[in-house]
Amino acid sequence: MKILVPVKRVVDYNVKVRVKSDNTGVDIANVKMSMNPFDEIAVEEAVRLKEKGVATEVIAVSCGVAQCQETLRTAMAIGADRAILVETPADLELQPLAVAKLLNALVAKEQPGLIILGKQAIDDDANQTGQMLAALADLPQATFASKVEVAGDKVNVTREIDGGLETLSLSIPAVITTDLRLNEPRYVTLPNIMKAKKKPLETVKPEDLGVDVAPRLKTLKVSEPPKRGAGVKVADVAALVNKLKTEAKVI
Amino acid sequence: MTALVIAEHDNQSIKGATLNTVTAALQAGGDVHVLVAGHNAGAAAAAAAQIAGVSKVIHADSEALAHGLAENVAAQVLAIAGAYSHIVFPATAGGKNAAPRVAAKLDVAQISEISKVISADTFERPIYAGNAIATVQSADATKVITVRTTGFDAAATTGGSAAVETIAAQADSGKSAFVGSEIAKSDRPELTAAKIIVSGGRALGSSEKFNEVLTPLADKLGAALGASRAAVDAGYAPNDWQVGQTGKIVAPSLYVACGISGAIQHLAGMKDSKVIVAINKDPEAPIFSVADYGLEADLFVAVPELISQL
Repeated sequence: MKILVPVKRVVDYNVKVRVKSDNTGVDIANVKMSMNPFDEIAVEEAVRLKEKGVATEVIAVSCGVAQCQETLRTAMAIGADRAILVETPADLELQPLAVAKLLNALVAKEQPGLIILGKQAIDDDANQTGQMLAALADLPQATFASKVEVAGDKVNVTREIDGGLETLSLSIPAVITTDLRLNEPRYVTLPNIMKAKKKPLETVKPEDLGVDVAPRLKTLKVSEPPKRGAGVKVADVAALVNKLKTEAKVI
Repeated sequence: MTALVIAEHDNQSIKGATLNTVTAALQAGGDVHVLVAGHNAGAAAAAAAQIAGVSKVIHADSEALAHGLAENVAAQVLAIAGAYSHIVFPATAGGKNAAPRVAAKLDVAQISEISKVISADTFERPIYAGNAIATVQSADATKVITVRTTGFDAAATTGGSAAVETIAAQADSGKSAFVGSEIAKSDRPELTAAKIIVSGGRALGSSEKFNEVLTPLADKLGAALGASRAAVDAGYAPNDWQVGQTGKIVAPSLYVACGISGAIQHLAGMKDSKVIVAINKDPEAPIFSVADYGLEADLFVAVPELISQL
């Protein structure tokens, strides 16, 4: 069984982004870019399934600019066997529906048993791509996974939901999106980084897959959120209780 | 223009998130219908009919809809989607699960986690963990939306008198099945609906300490319990208590952060709270930059003292 793992190149989670002064977006020039943390968990899970003998091949995919190659190399350093870059122009805003369509075309071509994606990207916080892909490919889905167990032609997935956990059984092929507690991705070692450089990386264009990637939502502006000023430091618990009762009046 | 709100419910009752979603749908314009897709969910449908501002409730009932499987819920929505200009889900685990399936099948973009309605086709939504607010416009015929519930007031649970129409349930997809769930039973208010939240971080040190120190404070205040990602990852608190960018987004009247340093991902989940209290012994902790009242103290001393003075 093949596993397809889509990965996204995003602003590193430690970077606090700044809104551009002309309100056209956030300033990502010269900031550190990394693999979306949830996608790293997805790659790790796929590689572990291969190490357990459940999967035979792990294919990493990224849709975006040429620099996404670095993200794919990271995926291969974790253990993916090969990679596909769907390269799009730098001035194109690639939105979840378009990515889902690109991935759907690759699913049709590669016929993976599982597609494991991060539940959301930490830049646009959309939380859509996995579910959209599942719908387009007519596959069952288990989002927000905290445990994945393959048993024959089924996969049991435990999901993090409001109020607790639930377990679903899906027929394979299926789409899974990862939550934080699924696993802890391994550190990438230098020998594996070197090895990843030699693994195959294929580049295709959206036209090759017959997908229209034009954005459907128009971003009119991007602005700073309302600032929340720091309040006061109180000296002790009594002062805190007093403030809460008489000033804030919340208790 | 008519909007369809997909109700969040447990078959017996309507969950609070539905009420905020109704408010957002009313702001987008036109009539508001509510879909209750469930199993033996007559009571939930009847409750939905009472919500102020709702003009019709559509009730689909079958075993396949009992557990909110995304495949079946999406199929049920798609069966009636043609009649609506807006299809609006709460941005809950259930809403986030099903909404993109509906959008993809309709070949429209989804507008995730809107925090404000500007007009029928233009919305505000936070991006980058709330460090920026994007104003987006949709040109699609149908707007598929998820609603960040903290951005909208709850509609009144009474005052409406909508008719309940029963429709045929769609067949089970057969591709996914519910196996079981572990839902913690608790008398506490729901995290996303609580007026007061007591939240703990890694400084608590263990799940025993987390319980021992914070539970009495939550009991005293009638509060829900929350946690930072660090505390959840360390196993001090269950995953569904996580407040933050990728956990629960909350905006209570009072948020008491105990031993939470305040990573941007955590702040993203609670900075819209009305009053924030931070108790932390590190004077440099970023949480103090958003706290209305900061107490620089050891939480193991300060929290018991706080309980005794309340």
